[in-house]
Amino acid sequence: MSSATDMFGAALAVVGVLFFLAGTLGLLRFPDIYTRIHALTKADNLGLGLICLGAAVQSGSLMTALKLLLIWILVLVAAATGASLIAQTAHGRGIPPWTRQE
Amino acid sequence: MTTLYLVLVGVLMGNIAVGLLRILRGPTAADRIQAGQLFGTVTVAILLLLAIILEKPIYFDVALVFALLSVLAVVAFVTRSWPHPDAKDQDEQRD
Amino acid sequence: MAVFDLILGLLLVILVRKCLSITDMFGAVISFMAFGLLMAVAWVRLEAPDIALAEAAIGSGLTGALLFSTLGRLPHSETRQPLVPRGSGSGPGYWLVTGFWWAAAMVLIATFVFSFQELQTPGLGGPLQERLAESGVLNPVTAVLLNFRSLDTLMEIAVLLAAVVVAWSMGYVDWPARQTIPSPLLPGVVRLLTPVFLLVAFSLLWRGSHAPGGAFPGGAVLAASGILLLLSGMTVQISPRGMSWLRWVLSAGLLVFVLAGVSLMAAGFGFLVYPEQWAGNLILLIEASAGVSIGAMLLALYVGGEPDMAPSQPNNPVSRPQ
Repeated sequence: MSSATDMFGAALAVVGVLFFLAGTLGLLRFPDIYTRIHALTKADNLGLGLICLGAAVQSGSLMTALKLLLIWILVLVAAATGASLIAQTAHGRGIPPWTRQE
Repeated sequence: MTTLYLVLVGVLMGNIAVGLLRILRGPTAADRIQAGQLFGTVTVAILLLLAIILEKPIYFDVALVFALLSVLAVVAFVTRSWPHPDAKDQDEQRD
Repeated sequence: MAVFDLILGLLLVILVRKCLSITDMFGAVISFMAFGLLMAVAWVRLEAPDIALAEAAIGSGLTGALLFSTLGRLPHSETRQPLVPRGSGSGPGYWLVTGFWWAAAMVLIATFVFSFQELQTPGLGGPLQERLAESGVLNPVTAVLLNFRSLDTLMEIAVLLAAVVVAWSMGYVDWPARQTIPSPLLPGVVRLLTPVFLLVAFSLLWRGSHAPGGAFPGGAVLAASGILLLLSGMTVQISPRGMSWLRWVLSAGLLVFVLAGVSLMAAGFGFLVYPEQWAGNLILLIEASAGVSIGAMLLALYVGGEPDMAPSQPNNPVSRPQ
C-alpha cells in the first residue's frame, strides 16, 4: 500500500517538474514579457501544485498535507499578485505587446 | 525512488542554470524579475523534494517561509524600483 | 547526491561571479537574490535548518526588498551605469590575479578534503547533546544561542540596536514615504497575507524551544510583514506618545535580556546563568521580547531613518496618479 502511494506521489512530482521545464522553456523562448508571464504562471501554479500534492500523498500525515496546501496557496497568491502587478505596470509604462510580424 | 527524486532535483537545478540566461539577456527589468520569481518557485520545489529525500519534514517549514516571502521582492520591485522612462521628473518631485 | 552537491556548488560560484561582474546594478541585485535562494538550499544540504530558515527570511525576503527600494531611490542614470568600466576583466594582469586566487582556493579545498578524515565528530555536537537536558530547551541551536552562549546573542541584539541608533541619527525620513500604488490588488492581497505573516512569525518564535526557528527568523518574518504593509501604501501617524512606545519596543529585547542577566546575578547565580528549573521560561521570555524587538529593528533599518513625527500628510492610502 505504501509503495503504491509512493509511486503515485513520485508520478505527481515528475509531472510537476515537467511543468517547471515548460515554464522555463517559455521564459527563454517566448517573445515578450506578457507571453513570458503566461508561461511562468504555469510553472508556479501547476508545477508546484503537483509537487506539493505528490509530497502530501507521500507524507501520510494530515498536518504536513495542510502545511503543503498552505505553501501552495501562498505561492499561488504571490505568483498571481506578481504577474498582475508586472503586467499592469508594464502596460502602464507603454511596453507594447508582441504581435506577429508577417 | 530516491534516485528518481535526485534526478528531479537535478532537473530543477538545471532550470535555474538555464533561467540565468534570461537574467543576463533581459531585455527589460521586468523580464529579469520574472526570472527571479521563477527561481523562487523552483527553490520552493527543490526544498520540498529535498525534504522527501532526506526525510526531514522540517524543510517543509523552510519552504513555507520562502513561499511566504516570495511576494515581497516582486512587490518591492514594482512599487519602488521599476526603472521609469521619465524617472527624472519623479526624482525632482521627491526631493 | 554528490552530483547534486557539485551542481549546487558550481551554480553558487557562477552566481557570485555574475553578481560581482555584471555591469548594471539591477542585474547584480537579481543575481544576489538568486544567490540567497540557492544558499538556503545549500544550508539545507548541510543539514543546518536553523540557518536555512534565517537565510530564507533575511536573505531572500528582506534583502530583496531593501535592495530594490534602494535602487528606486538612486537617480535613474546611476542604476544603469556600469559598475566597472568595460575594459576591465580582461588582459594578462586580470587573469594572473584571478588565476592566483583560483589556485589558492583549490589548494585550500584540497587540504580541507584531505584533512577531513581527521574530523571524526565535527565541532561540539557531542558535549552539547550531553548537556542539552539542563538548558531548558530541546533544540540544541536555541540552547547554544540563549543559554550556553547567551552573551553572544545579547551582543548581537545590542549591535542591531546600535545600528538602528546610527540610522536614526542620520536624520528624518519622509514618513509616509512616496506612495505609488500600481493597482488596488496590492492592498487587498496584503490585507489577506498579513495575518499569515503574523501567524508564521509567532509560530517560528514559539517553536524555537523544540525545533528550528526562534527569535531571528521570527523577527525577520515580522519585519517582512511590516515592509509589505509599507510597500502597499499603508500610512502611519506617529504621535509623540507612539514614538516613545516605538523606542520601548525597539529596545525591549536588549532590556529584558540585560534585566534577566542582572537579576540572576543579584540572586546569586551569575550573569545569565539560568537555574535549571527556570531556564525554559526565562528563555521563552527573552526570546519572545527579542523576537518582537528584532522585527521592529529590522523594519526601522528598512525605513532607514527616524520617522518624522510631524503630520506631513493626511491619512490617504489611495493611489496618486502617476
